Amino acid sequence: MQNAIELKGLKKKLSSFELGPIDLTIPQGAIVGYIGENGAGKSTTIKLLLNLMKPDEGEIKIFGTPINRFSTKEKKDIAYVFDDLYFPGDMNLKNVLSFCRKFYKDAWQDQTVSELNARFQLPLDVAIKHFSRGMKMQLGMLLALSHNAKLLLLDEATSGLDPVIRDDVLDLLLDYIQDETHTVLVSSHILSDLEKAADYIAFIHKGKLLFMETKDDLVSQYGIASLTKEQLEEIDPKAIVGKRTHQFGVEALLKRDLVPSSIELEKANVEDIMVFMIKGER
Amino acid sequence: MNIQIKNSSNDPIYLQIKNQIRDAIINGELEANERLPSIRLLAKELRISVITTKRAYDELETDGFIHSVQGKGSFVVPQNKELIKEKLLRKIETSIAEILHYSKQAGLSHEELLKMIQTMEDEHAKCD
Repeated sequence: MQNAIELKGLKKKLSSFELGPIDLTIPQGAIVGYIGENGAGKSTTIKLLLNLMKPDEGEIKIFGTPINRFSTKEKKDIAYVFDDLYFPGDMNLKNVLSFCRKFYKDAWQDQTVSELNARFQLPLDVAIKHFSRGMKMQLGMLLALSHNAKLLLLDEATSGLDPVIRDDVLDLLLDYIQDETHTVLVSSHILSDLEKAADYIAFIHKGKLLFMETKDDLVSQYGIASLTKEQLEEIDPKAIVGKRTHQFGVEALLKRDLVPSSIELEKANVEDIMVFMIKGER
Repeated sequence: MNIQIKNSSNDPIYLQIKNQIRDAIINGELEANERLPSIRLLAKELRISVITTKRAYDELETDGFIHSVQGKGSFVVPQNKELIKEKLLRKIETSIAEILHYSKQAGLSHEELLKMIQTMEDEHAKCD
């Protein structure tokens, strides 16, 4: 199967921060969670992917084509939702839609717009500056899903939204990948409920990619244990990924295959793994 | 067909799906040549990743319970019940041989071993 995204030796130096080198391959048809702390380099990667920023070194290919050689038509295959809209606040939904219809031309699907807005119920004639955060994200999703794109990039699109709206986004993503040529990259410091649908997790930390693994493998490798300090001392130090010591004991993220079966391990989610890994290093 | 995913279960999600579909095939709830939901539809309905459902289907295929046709979907392979039982019996025999080997090493008596099996059986019954 073709790869949706291929990054090879990608590097970008900014004034206070250096990204890379990043090597990352995302297969078509997958949902990938791109996670890391604020400032880890997630948005820089997305900007590079969208050709909004030029890399210092390295290669970026989307659907096998280097992005600087993308034609206008091919660019329509890529959709994105950021944490804010990029339209003047005085425009209303009617204006935005008529702009997009002209911009995306043949790729634009009014049918999808009406189907999605039957769900969202966004008002047609209210200036979008009066939209709530949730409505803005819904509008972003509506536009992204209405030009027949094959790659959907979400950059912190659901951060700060209530659980009900995030749950709707989960459904939209699962609907979107019913077509196996569709791919989603969700970049976020907190995946929360979107974690359920993610096939792969790529973890970026201080500009470097720590790993990209299937979520199932990742989650099954680790477990969380509540231990006494004495118990912790008996555990192979290699098994300890991170720990939080408090006055009455220790909570630790452990590698399951290095821990004796007598120790009770609870399931860890992606967020636990991220927090313990980052804090374990400090 | 019903599939329930339990987060409390120690079994990974792909295994829960695999076992439930396998059981449905063995007990006849899913009939021979019946078409299974697509990998992507199942992932959407259960709200889990496509890779997870794909792994369940791949293992069912390896074990001979379903077969997949590119572009058409996955179908239940007609099962020979005698053959399934035969296979299970052989698995049990292998496991018993292993148990006997270990209990000899541990110096376990015949009675102690039987008691262990009885206890585990009771616990198993409680879990089901």
